[in-house]
Amino acid sequence: MKLIFERSTPGLSCEILPPCDVEAYELKAEQQRGQELRLPEVTEGEISRHYTELESQTFGVNSGYYPLGSCTMKYNPKINEEIAGLPGFADIHPLQPAHTVQGCLEALRLAEKLLCEITGMDYMTFQPAAGAHGEFTGLVLIKKYHESRGDKKRTKIIVPDTAHGTNPASATMAGFTTVSISSGQDGLVDLEALKAAVGEDTAGLMLTNPNTLGLFEKNIVEIAEIVHQAGGLLYYDGANLNPVMGIVRPGDTGFDIVHLNLHKTFSTPHGGGGPGSGPVGCKAFLAKFLPVPRVEEKDGEFYFSGDYENTIGSMKAFYGNFLVVLKALAYILTLGREGIPEAAKSAVLNANYMMKKLEDLYQVAYPGRCMHEFVLTAEPLKKKTGVSALDIAKGLLDNGMHPPTVYFPLIVHEALMVEPTDTESKQSIDEAVKVYRELYEKACTDPEALHQAPVKTAVRRLDEVTAARNPILRYNFD
Amino acid sequence: MGSYIPNSKAEQQKMLDFLGLASLDDLYNEIPDKVKLKGGLNIPAGKSELEVRRQMEALAGKNKVFRTIFRGAGAYRHYIPAIVKAVASKERFVTAYTPYQPEISQGVLQSIFEFQTMICELTGMDTANASVYDGATACAEAITMCVDRKRDEVFVSATLHPDYLRTVKTYCYAAGRKLVVVPEKDGVTDLAFLKENLNEKSAVFLMQQPNFYGIIEDAEACFKVAREAGAKSVMCINPIFAAIGKTPRECGADIAVGEGQPLGISLSFGGPYLGFMACVQELTRRLPGRIVGQTKDIEGKRAFVLTLQAREQHIRREKASSNICSNQALCALTAACYMSTMGPTGLKEVANQCLAKAHYAAKHISSLPGYELVFDAEFFHEFVTRCPVDVNKLMAKLEEEGILGGYPLEGPYEGCILWCFTEMNTKEEIDRLVAILKEGIQE
Repeated sequence: MKLIFERSTPGLSCEILPPCDVEAYELKAEQQRGQELRLPEVTEGEISRHYTELESQTFGVNSGYYPLGSCTMKYNPKINEEIAGLPGFADIHPLQPAHTVQGCLEALRLAEKLLCEITGMDYMTFQPAAGAHGEFTGLVLIKKYHESRGDKKRTKIIVPDTAHGTNPASATMAGFTTVSISSGQDGLVDLEALKAAVGEDTAGLMLTNPNTLGLFEKNIVEIAEIVHQAGGLLYYDGANLNPVMGIVRPGDTGFDIVHLNLHKTFSTPHGGGGPGSGPVGCKAFLAKFLPVPRVEEKDGEFYFSGDYENTIGSMKAFYGNFLVVLKALAYILTLGREGIPEAAKSAVLNANYMMKKLEDLYQVAYPGRCMHEFVLTAEPLKKKTGVSALDIAKGLLDNGMHPPTVYFPLIVHEALMVEPTDTESKQSIDEAVKVYRELYEKACTDPEALHQAPVKTAVRRLDEVTAARNPILRYNFD
Repeated sequence: MGSYIPNSKAEQQKMLDFLGLASLDDLYNEIPDKVKLKGGLNIPAGKSELEVRRQMEALAGKNKVFRTIFRGAGAYRHYIPAIVKAVASKERFVTAYTPYQPEISQGVLQSIFEFQTMICELTGMDTANASVYDGATACAEAITMCVDRKRDEVFVSATLHPDYLRTVKTYCYAAGRKLVVVPEKDGVTDLAFLKENLNEKSAVFLMQQPNFYGIIEDAEACFKVAREAGAKSVMCINPIFAAIGKTPRECGADIAVGEGQPLGISLSFGGPYLGFMACVQELTRRLPGRIVGQTKDIEGKRAFVLTLQAREQHIRREKASSNICSNQALCALTAACYMSTMGPTGLKEVANQCLAKAHYAAKHISSLPGYELVFDAEFFHEFVTRCPVDVNKLMAKLEEEGILGGYPLEGPYEGCILWCFTEMNTKEEIDRLVAILKEGIQE
């Protein structure tokens, strides 16, 4: 494919603006840009064709089966996009007076109310722009909480070895040291290891439940007790809320803070990497630390308030990825009381069904009932045939399917982490199962073919080593 | 009730039969009863699409869409060409995940590579990343790039957008970093203070261009002082201004960041927006977030891939340069499409029209008694005036005419107004504004 710069012809342009209707003004020479500005010079038709070509080489949720573990690639309803595009939302300046944005504020309050009910929390901020941003926000809340009590020795955050990489990275940004604890034989938090890890320096525990192996931490009440008794707080990484929404509420199981990934559980699209939205909910005793501004209500009028002495400050400008919150709100209103748990059950049913259809060939890393996802290990297959998890993933590409997440969680060798989601049909799962089984056969009979895969895609396997060693990170005009 | 589950009850039962389970509830029989929610969620029953649309449209109807906007302060109304909206709503761009599988993601990857190139062109820098959340977090992340064991003190100008400053403060608090806010003097960074206070512990100095008050600061002088003290320099720049104004690179910055919202992204009540980050070559491996690089496939075909991942959280965990995972990729694609549509001439024209209209407006507003310019300094498309009447009453009067007036300042300049003018404002609109202000004085 040509780069947009390679489609450029000097002198071409799109005619967008009328001539300026006031006298021109010129900056002083020393304030002016000296360097040439090399942007593409193209007509609208050329731009349209360019992006149509780029789109054709992009794999969207509707391009095919997309069971990317931990990412919850469910269908993104169209109505939600239309709602976010309404001028009454999209054309609103963030600094308009409160009486002219009552609808925006009411939407934020409503989203807060519904998501608090779903998570069992008391308050929620929508400022965090993504899950990791939510984690960071939650950890700063924990920091501030301990400090406010004059407890300055709590410097450690405990995370299980199955945790997402963002957990320890967020802990570092919040000035904590990470203590990683090993999972037990069953893939769950090892209570003895946790007991040994907690102490006077424990600030909190970050936990994903169900965890990244797709297993529900059934000892959650005991876990919460251990952490709370040691004086720490419990943080819920909401990446995997989808299979338990409407079934189990984090707040009822002892969690003090949660973040949600609206772009996972609540159906907002991923945009090729973002924007997402990572609201953070907390129990009432932490509310005074939440970021500002916060939406308040008095006599039926909504307004922003920044007047909180103990606030941690702000996590970004304005109020978060507002339009993303609207999409999630529309989704929750659509599913409602019955639809939320039904979606959860569909996700769990799909995952267990697919796992059982594959477990005679591919080894399940932690057998038993899974929630939204299950993790296979291609290690035995690799020993037997030389075909790795990566090779299987690349083989799936030739079959028009997006591979599962590979090589995560880190405690499973040759991991294939499969999350079918609630919006996948039995029919498409059956088709996927057929392909997974065929690839297994292929691995046994013709492993070389899988080492070579993919062959049907626009490009073949890439030289990632050279890309990192001699980085070319921008177009070279010369 | 709306539902997106594609299996009938009969199909679900078949699947349950295969699993040896009687009902969907049995899927959860390993979860202790004591932690299960009793009695279901206390939220309204699900609704049909039409009902949801009506409810959300009713909410949208409670907001006022202003026909004319003279307010910026970090969110700018520019014209968004139709092609930009069309491209940004293409289904695959909207719904794809982060391009972990490059063989089927060349479209998204290439769009990011093009975006990185354009941000480098705009800022004069060598390397850009695939975006961060917004301008405020871009500032905070840039600071993190500059801090090390020897130098961990952070200097930020008070003329930075107040939300950005508050965000930077929170990030510094979290990491336990000392933050020095360099005072504002006559609307610009107090250079003498900076000179006196930078020391061998100082890691970085960050300022905004044009600053929160719209003023084009002498960034070169500030960065020279920072460099002499051994500190890095960060410029948070308005990308429209960058088309005609001296680039961060030309001013001597090591890192350029900014809010990309003016590049084709709607006001959206504050988000999603687009944080961009670019830097000089030496700092490339300290950049946070995704970076796309060019490489070849095994047949020698040019291709693009996420690269330098050894910086990132999924590899480095607690030692990562940042925790960022999701970014604002679709907004980056939107901005790249906007820059392609405007082209070099068009983007400069946007900037020049902003500049011309703001100066036309400033001339006429400031000639009204009581509306004098507060600062005697060059500005881009925003400037501050005094206000001889009650600011709230003035705003209410403008609102009646469908006009969102300038932003009433708080803090040291309370009672003053920060006005903003872009290519969207016609001469007629500006003249009307001046007439209304004039009437207000006479009343």
